[in-house]
Amino acid sequence: MSDKEVKSLKKPTLFFLNKESEPLFSKKNRALLTDPLDDNNPITVQVLGVCSALAITVQLKPAIVMTLSVIAVMGASNVIISLLRNLIPNRIRIIVQLVVVASMVILVDQILRAYAYDVSKQLSIFIGLIITNCIVMGRLEAFALGNGVWKSFLDGVGNAAGYGFILIVVAFFRELLGSGKLFGFQVIPDALYEMGYENNGLMLLSPMALITVGIFIWIQRAQNRKLIEKN
Amino acid sequence: MEGFLNLFVKSIFIENMIFAYFLGMCSYLAVSKTVKTAVGLGFAVIFVLAITVPINFLLDTYLLRAGALQWLDSSYAEIDLSFLSFIMFIAVIASMVQLVEMIVEKFAPALYGALGIFLPLIAVNCAILGGSLFMQQKDFSGVTESAVYGLGSGVGWLLAILAIAAIREKIIYSNVPAPLRGLGITFIITGLMALGFMSFMGIKL
Repeated sequence: MSDKEVKSLKKPTLFFLNKESEPLFSKKNRALLTDPLDDNNPITVQVLGVCSALAITVQLKPAIVMTLSVIAVMGASNVIISLLRNLIPNRIRIIVQLVVVASMVILVDQILRAYAYDVSKQLSIFIGLIITNCIVMGRLEAFALGNGVWKSFLDGVGNAAGYGFILIVVAFFRELLGSGKLFGFQVIPDALYEMGYENNGLMLLSPMALITVGIFIWIQRAQNRKLIEKN
Repeated sequence: MEGFLNLFVKSIFIENMIFAYFLGMCSYLAVSKTVKTAVGLGFAVIFVLAITVPINFLLDTYLLRAGALQWLDSSYAEIDLSFLSFIMFIAVIASMVQLVEMIVEKFAPALYGALGIFLPLIAVNCAILGGSLFMQQKDFSGVTESAVYGLGSGVGWLLAILAIAAIREKIIYSNVPAPLRGLGITFIITGLMALGFMSFMGIKL
């Protein structure tokens, strides 16, 4: 056995890593995970997955459940599509992607119905709508079809987390200002209500979700000026 | 007849896909830069919604719902396939969009040229799947009712994207604060429009 062969035997590589030399959390891979939180946020910069972000942010609890569901669906479907990426014929790739995502969503939906029935009732059709959440399809098209498994997994989880971050921020403000509660527990003291403080019922209505996200974008772009659009 | 008209008006204004449920927001924000493209996408959405909602209604009634298979044999009355509805609906929508694309290309090449890339994009427009899922929740009594609902939701969607596209064409000339330009101001305008549409909520039909 030559020297070279011995060397390659000594270093077993996991099949899904493209290069044995690259560590699991190299700088590039970390960027995949952290970029979507700010510079490349799926909602405020890529404009993907807005629908559900607005509709389920009245309270924190459903928002967090939704975030976890999207992280699970995106991580899993990115891995599956990335594994299959050399086998899928280009012409039918959209249907293949939809089927993979739909199966993942059915799993999540059934698990939620079994273990968190009231939250699943509250989310109503929006769990099903994860299938057509553009963020999932968008990342599958843009990333998982052209990259290795580990990277796709990081990209999926990172984008889902960036999506969830907005969801949680918006839900925090809407629940706090709209009903004076967080996670269903009252946080604004009774004394304040006695002094004449009133909950802002408008925050619970759907239009305020849009305006809250609008203000969030304003603040984010004022901080991070390279994101400003020309007109 | 009156019931259908009520349902039609209700699905356009009171339960507007965009202003009440935020469905189809992604393409609404992405394709509303000019009125011309917005109208093209709007008509494609009407077309696909009006076709897929009744088809999915039939699937739901005769295949998926608990006890739906009873028409085959009384021993199937216990079967509940409703957990398959997501995958069935999305398969119907994806194939319908493909079919519609082929038909339009064959018989109306001018329209096909105008719609261009938007037709295939509709498969992943949440308004379409949302229409079918709402249909499932609403327990319509017949296939006509679901078709009217699908058509009305599509018209409501067209109305919304047409309005925002017209506003965005004009707002280029105004002095919007730099960080708000583009996406930010569109969100806020949509919020204000949704506030306006809330006034329809008081109407009982």
